[in-house]
Amino acid sequence: MDFTFSPQHVALRQMLREFCEQELAPRAKEVDRTGLQDPAILRWMGELGMFGIPFSQEYGGAGAGEMGYCILMEELNRACPSTATIIGAHIGIAAMSLYLDGSPELKRRYMPDLCAGRTIGAFGLTEPGAGSDAAGIKLRATLEGDSYFLDGQKMWITNGPIADVIMVLAVTDPALGARGGATCFVVETDWPGFSAGKPEKKMGLHGSPTSLLNFDEVRVPKENVIGQVGMGFVTFMKTLDIGRVSLGAATLGGASVALDASLRWVKARSQFGRPIAHMQSIQFKLADMATEIEALRALVYRTAWLVDSGRPFVREAGMCKLLGSETASRCIDRALQIHGALGVSRDFHLERGWRDARIAEIFEGTNEIQRIVIASELLQEIGVRIHP
Amino acid sequence: MDFALTEEQQMFRDLFRDFAEKEVAPLAEHNDRTEEPPIALLKRAASQGFMGATLPEQYGGAGMDFLTYCLLVEALARHCLATSAALGIHTMLSAMTILDAGTETQKQTYLPRLAGGELGTFALTEPEAGSDAGALQTRAVRDDGHFRLDGVKSWVTNGGPASVHVVLALTDPGAQRHGLSAFIVDAKTPGLTVGHREPTLGMRSLDIRTLYFDDCRVAADNLLGELNQGWPLVLRAFNRVRLSLAAAALGAAEGALALGVKFAVERRQFGAVIAEKQAIQNYVADCAIEIEALRHMVEHTAWLADTGQEYGPQASMAKYFGARVAHETANKMLQVHGGYGFSDEYAISRVYRDVRALRLLGGTDEMQRYAVAHDIFQDQGLKIQP
Repeated sequence: MDFTFSPQHVALRQMLREFCEQELAPRAKEVDRTGLQDPAILRWMGELGMFGIPFSQEYGGAGAGEMGYCILMEELNRACPSTATIIGAHIGIAAMSLYLDGSPELKRRYMPDLCAGRTIGAFGLTEPGAGSDAAGIKLRATLEGDSYFLDGQKMWITNGPIADVIMVLAVTDPALGARGGATCFVVETDWPGFSAGKPEKKMGLHGSPTSLLNFDEVRVPKENVIGQVGMGFVTFMKTLDIGRVSLGAATLGGASVALDASLRWVKARSQFGRPIAHMQSIQFKLADMATEIEALRALVYRTAWLVDSGRPFVREAGMCKLLGSETASRCIDRALQIHGALGVSRDFHLERGWRDARIAEIFEGTNEIQRIVIASELLQEIGVRIHP
Repeated sequence: MDFALTEEQQMFRDLFRDFAEKEVAPLAEHNDRTEEPPIALLKRAASQGFMGATLPEQYGGAGMDFLTYCLLVEALARHCLATSAALGIHTMLSAMTILDAGTETQKQTYLPRLAGGELGTFALTEPEAGSDAGALQTRAVRDDGHFRLDGVKSWVTNGGPASVHVVLALTDPGAQRHGLSAFIVDAKTPGLTVGHREPTLGMRSLDIRTLYFDDCRVAADNLLGELNQGWPLVLRAFNRVRLSLAAAALGAAEGALALGVKFAVERRQFGAVIAEKQAIQNYVADCAIEIEALRHMVEHTAWLADTGQEYGPQASMAKYFGARVAHETANKMLQVHGGYGFSDEYAISRVYRDVRALRLLGGTDEMQRYAVAHDIFQDQGLKIQP
């Protein structure tokens, strides 16, 4: 066994840490306030190769694997969770679905621009009536001649208002439903009939625009089918499985930056004649945070190794998302408590971190769904099949 | 034992609920979005007698007991925690401290104004003195029929719109908190400047300010209570406000639970409403159980106060427990909402932000537990320090 990072991964983290601390962190408050990340920053990050970290160099990626991608997400989320979410949705689910199952021709057409950040991707799964129950999607794709016509709605789509390319799951055979009757497509957002709604007003992640998508008879050429017709649900579920690992890595960043802030504060803040670091109520919170973060770090990077080494990882990926989101929420909540009144002040970054972190317990499969998936795998091994 | 509300208490409860549903609920989202203190709403509350709820009728109050007052706060907090907090701090910290220690002239001068809807504050916290009242630095120096106040007070709720401030300042700095005195300071007093408004995570309509006292001359007649006897007033004020915050936590938790339950019976996934899922049922059941326990803590603590018994330890316990229950309930009910819970379109995300401060204000979780442990060990003959 070897738990050290490769020299390339160490160098990658160092480069990212510097960039994130110098360029992203100082802007994060403004991004939250205005709800916008500067497109020039995103372009710059694209030029630095951050939009294609896990993908092979053949398609314009950096070839750093899931391990490199997890390092990216951990570092981004330390500095600016909104920006991390833009890039996470772009790489982890949008580009990833194409990368996993797209034909070489389709990948050559879209991946290089996605990897360079010249185009921004989104992943269209959720609908008003299909959240946790993703198989309940209704958006229709009807074949006429050489093209499909997409008709329906998607909602809560991260990057919806800024995306150039959207990977969309649509029902091609209503008789079969999502399993066997759903297909995924690459849709360019300047095609006629497509429109994105206004960004939703949310509690956190203000700089990560989320919106409704309308498809009004959008014509999509047959070549833009990702993988096989009827196999789209499988592609999307596989994509989400991998995405849960990097989401775990992102939550690791959120949790660890909260611990770092707490360590600075408990030394600087005195009450009752000494730094609050001398209070056991504080010490135990710090110890719990550090312990949970260490467990999460081990789980996330071990799971990344499972992915990169071609081993089964689905159960562990669900655990990364589940443990990660709850660890981050707990750690940031403890950090807020340690900071007292400053913790709830919008003059300071912790309340933003607290608001931003909460959605990780919900999106990309609620934690209830993760528990169902994990339990379902455990029970399947002893011959018990469960239903949500 | 008798757990029933009196007929009068029941009548009041119905009145409070009616007011909260008609007047408070429609403004809750607006208050949060605009961050404006709900002055007009508090004036309407005053016209019903709510701003002087526990003050005697001779001073313009409604003469309610603590239990009835808790029903009021619970009803308000169910719809808007910020409104309940503005009223609670005004009533329990500001007005009741003047009732507690004021001279007859002070009571006649200030209490009818406060009961009539002019807002009051309680300026204790300072930048370097949050949980630690021993680190207070604001000074009051006697000077020819006056006291000169110098210092900075932070996190003063109602600070901007208030017309009356109850200010704690050191008159004997060497004695630390035992050299503390309370003063009634009119908002128009020269030398008092209202500073930075704190932008906060939740309860965004609460007007929380930094107050600067710079050679602020207060008439000697405005000394509240005895010289150097401010600390006992603070402790009694803390007991009252902790009870009040516990009742607010109860109302907020009930409101959150109601939002989650309503969503669970409407939202369908996997071919059924999500209320059919055991995971959801367990969330709802856990919250309902904790709320039930909290209700009894609040009512018992109020009964102790109303019957003239010691209630400080129970107020600390109820405030700590209440804050945890409100936070947990809002958190679980947000989870029940799924992605909708993260949207500003649904009230639960506001409630979740609002309740978080309950674990900090009026004494942090850590200080409440310290207070509880302090009493337990004191019975064993051991005096513990924070």
